[in-house]
Amino acid sequence: MKFEQIKELIQSEYSDAILGEDENSSPNALIIKAESLHQVCEILHANENTYFDQLSCLSGIDNGAETGTMEIVYNLYSIPHNLHLMLKVKIDRSKPSMDSVSDIWKTADWHEREAFDLYGIHFNNHPDLRRILLPEDWEGFPLRKDYVEQEKYHDVIIKWKMDNN
Amino acid sequence: MESGTPYSPLAASEPLKYQESDLKSEEMIINVGPQHPATHGVLRLEVISDGEIVKDVVPHVGYLHRCFEKHAESLAYNQVIPYTDRMDYVAAMNNEWAFVMGVEKMLGIDQEIPKRVEYIRVLVTELNRLASHFVSIGTYGLDIGAITPFLWMMRDREHILRMLEWASGARMLYNYIWVGGLFYDLPVGFEERAKEFVDYVKPKLSEVETLLISNKIFIERTANVGVLPLDLAVNYGITGPMLRASGLKFDLRKVDGYSVYPEIAFEVPMGKGEMGAVGDCWDRNWVRYKECLESVRIIEQCVEKLLGEHKRTRAFDPREKVPKKIRPKAQDLYVRAENPKGELGFFFRADGRSDQPFRCKARGPSFSNLSVLPEIAKGCMVADLFAIVGSLDLLMGEVDR
Repeated sequence: MKFEQIKELIQSEYSDAILGEDENSSPNALIIKAESLHQVCEILHANENTYFDQLSCLSGIDNGAETGTMEIVYNLYSIPHNLHLMLKVKIDRSKPSMDSVSDIWKTADWHEREAFDLYGIHFNNHPDLRRILLPEDWEGFPLRKDYVEQEKYHDVIIKWKMDNN
Repeated sequence: MESGTPYSPLAASEPLKYQESDLKSEEMIINVGPQHPATHGVLRLEVISDGEIVKDVVPHVGYLHRCFEKHAESLAYNQVIPYTDRMDYVAAMNNEWAFVMGVEKMLGIDQEIPKRVEYIRVLVTELNRLASHFVSIGTYGLDIGAITPFLWMMRDREHILRMLEWASGARMLYNYIWVGGLFYDLPVGFEERAKEFVDYVKPKLSEVETLLISNKIFIERTANVGVLPLDLAVNYGITGPMLRASGLKFDLRKVDGYSVYPEIAFEVPMGKGEMGAVGDCWDRNWVRYKECLESVRIIEQCVEKLLGEHKRTRAFDPREKVPKKIRPKAQDLYVRAENPKGELGFFFRADGRSDQPFRCKARGPSFSNLSVLPEIAKGCMVADLFAIVGSLDLLMGEVDR
């Protein structure tokens, strides 16, 4: 199935789900409306002509405070059809939240926890949304572009300045 | 935490998932790790057990988190390569190569790399794959009580580490594969040494087969333990030898056919359930053992090419295609490569204005491979839990990044 056909397939089910496509991406990317991402993923996973059975990667991206947006990028792969697809969604940076796809691909469980941990993106309907890499009482989300690390963590100085010595 | 217990910093920073009130009578929480010889690094497991039966396992990771992605965002592309070494530190060459491949694709120079460079890359990564599988098979034997194979495998791995040290100057963290080329050509005599090594290691591998893989005690201990069905494996994003052990012939070296792999003849072994069910611990180790044999075959062919068709010449410059300035145009790219542990993927976003990636996400194979542990360990015996953890071939440096 070609990229265009995948696009048509999604459009035939949800006409307003696709906001655009990104030609500068490899593999080809579709920009999906955040609210309909879960439904789109369900179709792509269930349709026997696409059958995207593997979620290779899920990455959060922070576009910075000036733009006020965050992005989540889903890299899908279909083992039987050898198909690649990238899906992108843009979400509001002040209150980032997204529907979890961990009910479709279990891979998303830990990858979403990682995005929650490092970007503070809340995933709705996630079975177990806890921090994964950082300690539970860490402050802030380190991969945000405007992140400032805390001064001290359990009495350990984190930010060493030259005059601390 | 019950009210009344004194405040403990550990409970605040690394709390358990299960509370005492969640447990049924006779169930208990056992904490394993983070420092424990059977967890291959700093993995902490919260085990809910009823006597000898494991009811649930909750892996706690992050003890080796070194902020790879944050570092990558503030470093130039070529400066990130040493950091990728430190992810899967027993197979550093493979990590470098995946990263470098992504950057080369972004720059559009991936088709211009000289053939000799590509063959050297395949040679060193396959050597490193052997070293990684040696660690995996050896420590797995150690986990379930066989000490001798571990010593044997470490002895053989030492040959590889010394060869790679000869080529790059470092034993484990090489920074040898550069964007567009290599740090240096192979040292004079390396090809002959690789040939010698192949002759040396072949009988050693069959020794390991008799000593460990087809040993009756080993089979009894691992067959039918920790069976991972294929549909579950795919859904959890399991890749590499684990996926192949579950009965799918899927190898990115064949599927994507990157670099010069299409020119090289090798087989993709897959689990057949010879000793028990398909996808059990024995199958996973057997697949790794078979992959060692295939890697030896690939090394042989590479050496042949490097001594023949693409032999060393005075004019050959491994840095010929190394770009002076690495500034890809604005784009998003996902690249993947077959690592010893599975699919290592990098997601890049380049903004076109700087030499540093705007975003660089690493998708470590061990990360996804570990996430399936609760699923396959449920209902097994506590002693089998460690047989299962060992068979996943985890490397915490890659899980935590």
